[in-house]
Amino acid sequence: MNKQGYYGQWGGAFIPEVLYETFRELGRAFAEVRHDPDFWNEYVQLMASYSCRPTPLTYAANLSDHFGGARIYIKREDLNHTGAHKANNVMGQGLLVRRMGKKRVIAETGAGQHGVATATMAAKFGLECTIYMGEDDVLRQRPNVFWMEKMGATVIPVTSGSRTLKDAINEAFRDWVTSMDDTHYVFGTVCGPHPFPEMVAWFQSIIGLEARRQILAAHGRLPARVFACVGGGSNAMGIFQGFLDDPGVELIGVEAGGHGVDTGQHAARLAGGDGSAGVAQGYKTMFLQNSDGQMRDTHSVAAGLDYVGVSPILSDLWEKERVRFTAATDREVMAALELTMRREGIIPALESAHAFVQAFKEAPAMERDEALIINMSGRGDKDIFTIADAFDDPSWKQFIINKGRAYAAD
Amino acid sequence: MQLTEYLRKQKAEKDILLMTHLVLGYPSFEVNQEVIRQMVDNGVDLIELQIPFSEPMADGPVILKANQKSLAAGAKVGDCLDFAAGITAAHRIPFLFMTYYNILFKYGVEKFFRKAAEIRIKGFIVPDLPPEEGEEFLALAEKYEIAPIMIFAPTSTEERMRELAKNGDGFIYCVARRGVTGGKTELDRDFRDYMGRCRSATDLPLAVGFGISNREDVDSLAGQADIAVIGTRTIRLIDEQGPAAVGPFIAGLR
Repeated sequence: MNKQGYYGQWGGAFIPEVLYETFRELGRAFAEVRHDPDFWNEYVQLMASYSCRPTPLTYAANLSDHFGGARIYIKREDLNHTGAHKANNVMGQGLLVRRMGKKRVIAETGAGQHGVATATMAAKFGLECTIYMGEDDVLRQRPNVFWMEKMGATVIPVTSGSRTLKDAINEAFRDWVTSMDDTHYVFGTVCGPHPFPEMVAWFQSIIGLEARRQILAAHGRLPARVFACVGGGSNAMGIFQGFLDDPGVELIGVEAGGHGVDTGQHAARLAGGDGSAGVAQGYKTMFLQNSDGQMRDTHSVAAGLDYVGVSPILSDLWEKERVRFTAATDREVMAALELTMRREGIIPALESAHAFVQAFKEAPAMERDEALIINMSGRGDKDIFTIADAFDDPSWKQFIINKGRAYAAD
Repeated sequence: MQLTEYLRKQKAEKDILLMTHLVLGYPSFEVNQEVIRQMVDNGVDLIELQIPFSEPMADGPVILKANQKSLAAGAKVGDCLDFAAGITAAHRIPFLFMTYYNILFKYGVEKFFRKAAEIRIKGFIVPDLPPEEGEEFLALAEKYEIAPIMIFAPTSTEERMRELAKNGDGFIYCVARRGVTGGKTELDRDFRDYMGRCRSATDLPLAVGFGISNREDVDSLAGQADIAVIGTRTIRLIDEQGPAAVGPFIAGLR
């Protein structure tokens, strides 16, 4: 029997028997397109005409001067249609769904970005769409729910477990074990059972391919360091793949430090030493769990990083010391966000701001002729409710109160 | 092997055997104990004890909630093992553990087998561990003589069923339909065809689970399956009417 989809000791496909044939079919369909250059070209063209690819690599002159060290470049995944790198994976899987002839898609979503991207793809490709979203996230990310519904998706709030991303994943699997004949599960990140980590990493590799070309053109040589935030790990895997074979480029993954990695209230699985090896949600990786193997509650200001597991590919790269992992606290994230807005007029998503934190810590000690790239996985202005909350902004609060009064009077 | 022999012997005397299920620690270990007593007194042939897990991916809403409430009430894997030791000592029928792989993995797979053998557990059902991922698990099952129960699904091809059966022992757990635990199954022609395919793929006894809840269901299974599995129904019954309702319900199934 062949064990598939392992990265070192991590990964695999721990799936119920009822899904065995579905995964085989998916594996076959993916293997076909993986070696078909026409498919990749179709994907690149779709992303060019529908999602602003290639996204720019922006030189952040003011921030570079502010820190006085490395030249800071920002890879602008925020400029994708729907506002984040999630669109890459989703449109790719959409093309695959079309090839497989399925009529319906389902997806899990945490922050709502992957849900919005999936609903967008379903609208464009004429597919029926159901999104599973933890009830807590539905409350935190109401604007994204609004857009998903407006694009024709059904959003189902998940009330089990911790009511966040992992519970939405469980619920999407429960749908899929009934509906697999006509339904594809658009997994949102480089986690889950094989072949999802490989598939999502492949679609996201478009980020790294572009970034490598762009930094060579702009800076004349490779960057010294590349920073990316890590929830499940799809934006990080996307950009890291452009530089994995360049030993001189240091790759840094930044996890959610929440209130601090020593407080227990965070989502740092690889940095900080709280994670341990486990098998859940269909794959083996480092999880935040107790000594019995029960998953723990996690915390982050950024809903998209608030996840108990992490990509098996990243667990392997961490173990092999190819990628260095650190964590950024909620407080540090708000400071980095504010600085980036003030100095560059750019609004990173709270998730992406984690990568900015670590880059800002390291830039000053780097040489002036060195470059670093921050992968800005998404834009923050769509998260105005969350960000305004995090800043505890008084005038925004007054606006909402007034708005609420007006609605209540209707 | 022991488990298969026991089942064949029981089957020689009855049209169909009954396997029941409960989630350890839900609603409490005290209630578990009472429910098991009633199940055994009313002729249940074997019982699966589910060790709760925070991510029970293959389970439907009723068992999912039971898992969560058990954990929220503080049930630990160690408590489940201690409880099971008491139960196997008090009753003569075979008991199995049903759980997800992370529970074994985190405990230490071999350590878990050793402990289960010591407390006379006869089989393991681990729905998220296909044989492709179960090399160590299957070797330890043989070493400790605990039956690794394989699962057939309506989506399994005949080739796949034969492959699974080769790795399994005790009996085969046939999932009656697509979906998670607790839904209703139509025992129609498709179902009979499916059971026929299961039968031709293995000599091991066949258990049918997921959605069986009354005497008619059990009766119509006789001749097609060897073991009827009652899962979600008893949990609902205890939620609604308390543990005393379990005995009469089981007695009325056959």
